[in-house]
Amino acid sequence: MRFDIYDFTSFTQDIDRLLQENLTPFWATVAELTIVGVVILAFYALVGLFLVYAERKVCAFMQNRLGPNRVGPFGIFQTIADLIKLLMKELIPIKHADKILFNLAPFIVIIASFMAIAAIPFARGLHAIDLNIGVFYVFAVSSMGVIGILLAGWSSNNKYSLIGAMRSGAMVVSYELSVGLSLLSIVIFAGTMQLSGIVESQADGWWIFKGHIPAFIAFLLFITASTAETNRGPFDLAEAESELTAGFHTEYSGIRFAFFFLAEYMNMFIVASIAVTIFLGGWMPLQFGGLEGFNTVMAYIPPLVWFFLKVAFVIYLMMWFKWTFPRLRIDQILTLEWKYLLPLSLINTVLIALVVLLGWHF
Amino acid sequence: MSTETSTLNLFIGENDEYIINMGPQHPSTHGVLRLELALKGELVERVVPHVGYIHRGIEKMSEKLPYPQIIHLTDRMDYLSALMNNEAVCLAAESALQVEVPERVKYVRTILAELQRLASHQLWWCAFGMDLGALTTFFYGLRDREKILDIFEESFGSRLLHSYYLPGGLMHDIHPNFQKRVKEFLKYFRKKLPEYDQLLTGNVIFQNRVKGIGLLSKEDAISYGVTGPSGRGSGFACDVRKHQPYSAYDKVEFTECLHTDGDTWARYKVRVQEMWESMHIIEQLIDNIPEGDYTAKMKAIIKLPAGEYFQRVETARGELAVYIVSDGNKTPYRIHFRTPNFSNMFVMSKIGVGCKIADLVALGGSLDLVIPDIDR
Amino acid sequence: MEREQLKEAIARLAPGLEFPENAQLTEVLAPTAGFRDLCKALRSDAALQFDYLISMTAVDYPDHIVLVYHLHSSALGHTLVLKQKLTDREKAEADTVSDLWLTAEYQEREVFDLFGVHFNGHQDMRRIFLEDHWVGHPLRKDYVDEINIIER
Repeated sequence: MRFDIYDFTSFTQDIDRLLQENLTPFWATVAELTIVGVVILAFYALVGLFLVYAERKVCAFMQNRLGPNRVGPFGIFQTIADLIKLLMKELIPIKHADKILFNLAPFIVIIASFMAIAAIPFARGLHAIDLNIGVFYVFAVSSMGVIGILLAGWSSNNKYSLIGAMRSGAMVVSYELSVGLSLLSIVIFAGTMQLSGIVESQADGWWIFKGHIPAFIAFLLFITASTAETNRGPFDLAEAESELTAGFHTEYSGIRFAFFFLAEYMNMFIVASIAVTIFLGGWMPLQFGGLEGFNTVMAYIPPLVWFFLKVAFVIYLMMWFKWTFPRLRIDQILTLEWKYLLPLSLINTVLIALVVLLGWHF
Repeated sequence: MSTETSTLNLFIGENDEYIINMGPQHPSTHGVLRLELALKGELVERVVPHVGYIHRGIEKMSEKLPYPQIIHLTDRMDYLSALMNNEAVCLAAESALQVEVPERVKYVRTILAELQRLASHQLWWCAFGMDLGALTTFFYGLRDREKILDIFEESFGSRLLHSYYLPGGLMHDIHPNFQKRVKEFLKYFRKKLPEYDQLLTGNVIFQNRVKGIGLLSKEDAISYGVTGPSGRGSGFACDVRKHQPYSAYDKVEFTECLHTDGDTWARYKVRVQEMWESMHIIEQLIDNIPEGDYTAKMKAIIKLPAGEYFQRVETARGELAVYIVSDGNKTPYRIHFRTPNFSNMFVMSKIGVGCKIADLVALGGSLDLVIPDIDR
Repeated sequence: MEREQLKEAIARLAPGLEFPENAQLTEVLAPTAGFRDLCKALRSDAALQFDYLISMTAVDYPDHIVLVYHLHSSALGHTLVLKQKLTDREKAEADTVSDLWLTAEYQEREVFDLFGVHFNGHQDMRRIFLEDHWVGHPLRKDYVDEINIIER
């Protein structure tokens, strides 16, 4: 079994061959699914833990504080301590709640984010499935989470939760359009919906640089709209701590709450990964034409490092928004989408189509 | 705290309204205030405030207590302007006894009142940002407020509930470091206050959230008795410091911050401007504190001559008026506190109608409510 | 306006006004009948313009209750203490001024809650601080609460 930090294709193929040789085709598939499932689950938990810690440290940095610094060195075990606390907490049963939906909601939210991870290419050959309609798939799956939020708000029999859920529903449905259109603009550039194909098309330069100003506008639109879609500040109306106490997850406790909490961070990770994959060249290193020495050094850095560095940058950007901006009001959010972002996305898409037709891009 | 015959409960179901109880435990009512809201979607159709969750009967208790002890109770009304509350009772008692307090006391009282006003406005600024979802403001404000509380702690040993004044003067003299530390703080805060504007005031989202929200006309402000920065945001010139100067306010130069828009944005601007004015007032006084006694000569047991006494004081939230009816004993026959928040809060039932839930929160934040002050 | 001028201007408005001694402010004791008309006149008279009700409260005496209104003019800057005497302590009633000064709506509710004075014409006469099933009116001097009030 060969292991190459620059190309995982052979590595995954070796595992596949090993399993196929030793097992019947049916059991080989089962074994592969199990391995992928366990790996993603472990990855999910790890990223979740890290992001929670990162957010607390970043927000502490913004707010003249130290952040967690008691559990372990620099408080790195703080989230693990939190997790243990959440696991041990009582699941408070809610009277007059719709029991089935109430219990189902956190799972829908978390499964939606779980499914989206499957399609993201972390490095060459390192992804669970490489669908030829990858963009479409991620887009479809990640918007399923709002069903969970709506169910959570409705089933917990709480007025605040219901308002939060309705806000979230209205918001996600609106912002899907901008997210979709801004992704579409790069699909027009790359000529493919396959995520690995889009990454490959950026080998000589990231779309955000190659695609002139329209691609940059599309990136801004995507970051704005996807922040809204993940219900994060300044678009965190669904939770709106100061207005609706905690919005749709007011009535949840213990591990059910942890699911919502984790899903929020994972959605942030997914959105950042998509932004990186589509606009910032995925796992491709930073390359400039004419700078041979620089390009060689950059190419030596493994793709996984590139990918996670870029994701960390986008996530930092989103945290930066959250901790410095006040929250918008529901009508302002919808106005922003329907009156500004959506027309802008449409014009931008047409512009990109023109750029591609006339061959103006690099 | 009327729960059973609340007017709104009768209307549940009528007009398809969605009745929601904001409070008594809610992050943005700033205490145990309950607002009964009738919603239509996100729009607020009716606001019915319910108060009394921390009614402690301060007026009744005071009827059994001698005056120096009443001062300790006044701390517990508006705990963010404790010194100004103390001052109100002291001034009323002093004018009743016709005691001339030393100049030093007047200067120190004025400086402390303005420091307290600064601390209070800083806390308001943090909480207002929080109400609008800008969580970072909270730590910026508290960082600076801490410096003021440290000065208080060094000077008289308490950070929140001071009870530092007595009728006739101060409980003890100011700390030798007081002037030095206040000057250090002013130097520091003059640099830090522009940060507040950078973080929040100029933000487009913030301005859109507060402009044109909760319009309160001047006539309504006067009729509802909305005083303090909230009233001045509507153009009601109600600064007692300016119109009926007490302590050393007649010796200092300052402007009464007036805005005529009457919306949340105007109230915000008044308070930020008042922070500059407070610093300006302290700067004029801090170098000129005269030497002398820290208290006038008072009898051991203070008995006000029979009669009625009325004293108005400008606290951080508005006008506090103390009405004392004395029958010549060491305890008042009747004492009434006209607290600023009582009037300021009930105006919500008028200006809260027609705005959204998020606006109501912004509006409540801009009125700067302290609930124990309403309930007394 | 000087206190003497203020007294003269007010004395023109209604008959039967008394001006008791007060060291600090101008004080007016008005008869219960026609009190509302007097308030209306005080508010609208061009020379007086008492548009700001600073405080409204009551004082309980052994044989009567006095309602105390502190009025202020925001434009002209003078202050007035207006009083009316309610002789029937058991069934104390007064006319509301809550439509003249909107803040009075809540201050009257407070007086109702703590003194038991009923205001005629008030649209929402409920207790404001205490619970609805509370017995008695605590700020009256003869209020007894054997558990919480310790007599010394």
